[in-house]
Amino acid sequence: MSQILVLVDHVEGSVRKTTTELLTIARRFGEPAAVFIGPGYDQAASTLAEFGATTVYQVDGVVDDYLVLAKAEALAAVVEAAGGAGALGGILITSTPEGKEIAGRLAVKLSSGIITDAVDVQAGPDGAPTTRQGVFAGSFVVTARVTKGVPIITVKPNSAAPEPSPVTAPTVTPVPVTPSSLATASKIVERRPKAKSGRPDLSEAAYIVSGGRGTNGDFTAVEAFADALGAAVGASRAAVDAGWYPHSTQVGQTGKQVSPQLYVAAGISGAIQHRAGMQTSKTIVAVNKDREAPIFELADFGVVGDLFAVLPQATEEVLKRKG
Amino acid sequence: MKIAVCVKYVPDAQADPRFAADHTTDRAGVEGHLSELDEYAVEEALKISEAQGDSTVTVVTVGPGQAADAVRKALQMGADAGVHVVDDAVHGSDALATSLVLAKALGKLEYDLVLTGMASTDGVMGVVPAMLAERLGLPQVTYAGSLEVSGGTVRIQREGDTSTEVVEAPLPAVVSVTDQINDPRYPSFKGIMAAKKKPVQTWSLADLGVAADEVGASAAWSVVDGITARPPRQAGEIVTDEGDGGQKLVAFLAGAKLV
Repeated sequence: MSQILVLVDHVEGSVRKTTTELLTIARRFGEPAAVFIGPGYDQAASTLAEFGATTVYQVDGVVDDYLVLAKAEALAAVVEAAGGAGALGGILITSTPEGKEIAGRLAVKLSSGIITDAVDVQAGPDGAPTTRQGVFAGSFVVTARVTKGVPIITVKPNSAAPEPSPVTAPTVTPVPVTPSSLATASKIVERRPKAKSGRPDLSEAAYIVSGGRGTNGDFTAVEAFADALGAAVGASRAAVDAGWYPHSTQVGQTGKQVSPQLYVAAGISGAIQHRAGMQTSKTIVAVNKDREAPIFELADFGVVGDLFAVLPQATEEVLKRKG
Repeated sequence: MKIAVCVKYVPDAQADPRFAADHTTDRAGVEGHLSELDEYAVEEALKISEAQGDSTVTVVTVGPGQAADAVRKALQMGADAGVHVVDDAVHGSDALATSLVLAKALGKLEYDLVLTGMASTDGVMGVVPAMLAERLGLPQVTYAGSLEVSGGTVRIQREGDTSTEVVEAPLPAVVSVTDQINDPRYPSFKGIMAAKKKPVQTWSLADLGVAADEVGASAAWSVVDGITARPPRQAGEIVTDEGDGGQKLVAFLAGAKLV
């Protein structure tokens, strides 16, 4: 079976759930080989082995202070170490803005086709991967496949349930990499860490509660309900543009595209810009004063009412049920 | 300073999208316009040009005949000149081919800075800026939420999930901007009149030295096998809050085993 490279998404060795999803997906059409870039491999090793990485390519070299080109170059070096693009069955990368850019550059470097934002990847009739992804705000589903070179596919978070498949002793292959002068030309000169909310990460969260214009800038009811459910907090573009909530929490076409088990939209009318980011959620609940708000067309359950009355009561009810 | 802005003509998001037999977007009879996300790149170019003086802003697009509308809108906003690459062979191109044509078109221009939007509003892949930088062999700085140019260096800030990053690169560079960076201006009456006299060059693939078989659907490195409309969501239950809306909401969640 051909190797499928999986670019490991991690924070100093703490492997993100999206990577365990990709390792699970890779096993459907090949043998997962993890590509680990940056510090912290010792911490990551057990998770990668647990989810079936038979090989780990460990990239040695400083790439963290640079942008995507250094990572694209590192991946290209790994492809060479793995026997070239022709020897591989695919390359899987998490569909984040950075992941997609790495994939785009790699596609040019390897003269290979690219598919982004897949929500499902399966082995096709010839064993090569076929993908499904939503287009036009998720209103259509496209099935596609790469026809040239090694299939480079970026996959959205929550596209598979991670299933362990332990490997006892993965082969670890160090790959030395020196970023080119072009890769080091764009440099991160300063990082200002943001305060941690303590809530789940928006793009991976199973539950999300979002607030919009109807909050009038007061997110306390939204946050309290989110915390009762263990949910992440999101915001509509109107709320972000008004400066009420950070841009990193924006759900919509120009923010995050999410697909949680439960999405609660509070005080959000449901403009197409917002729907594009959330309409593939499994269950949608809306709270809005305006019965005519388009969000109710998507909702599995809707409450026409004031979010400042409905959410606190719902919060209390959830806490009561949890005991 | 010479600034090139890459823009895309996209179908109206409010229109019902349709697909042709070859799985490309059917543009016949569908209104289109300059991609909203590209307006931020045009606006940022105009701001830099106005601040620095002695600058030119050239907008570049690849697209069918109607795509001239996107160039015109940018000229009405204040850009100085336009380039429209139009060729029947481009139809059905993937992002890789689009980036190839854009790179070849930029190769015929002089520029210190290439600006783009963060993604198109129709395809929304967000990969063309990175591919363009790869093909041009230029530094790439993407998702700028603010931007400064001084002394041959571009410096941007961008919002990550866990930190705000400040990124620098030497010019020339490819920079994509987000919708947080500015408030694009509306064309003024004066701008609309002035745009009529601004130069727009129309180039074919032959003008760029790109062979017809390097682009288009037949040269795409991925293929769409099928497109199906997502079934409309079943209408859910809508209740009016009569003092028990929160309890009803949680009862629904409990019924769906979500609490």
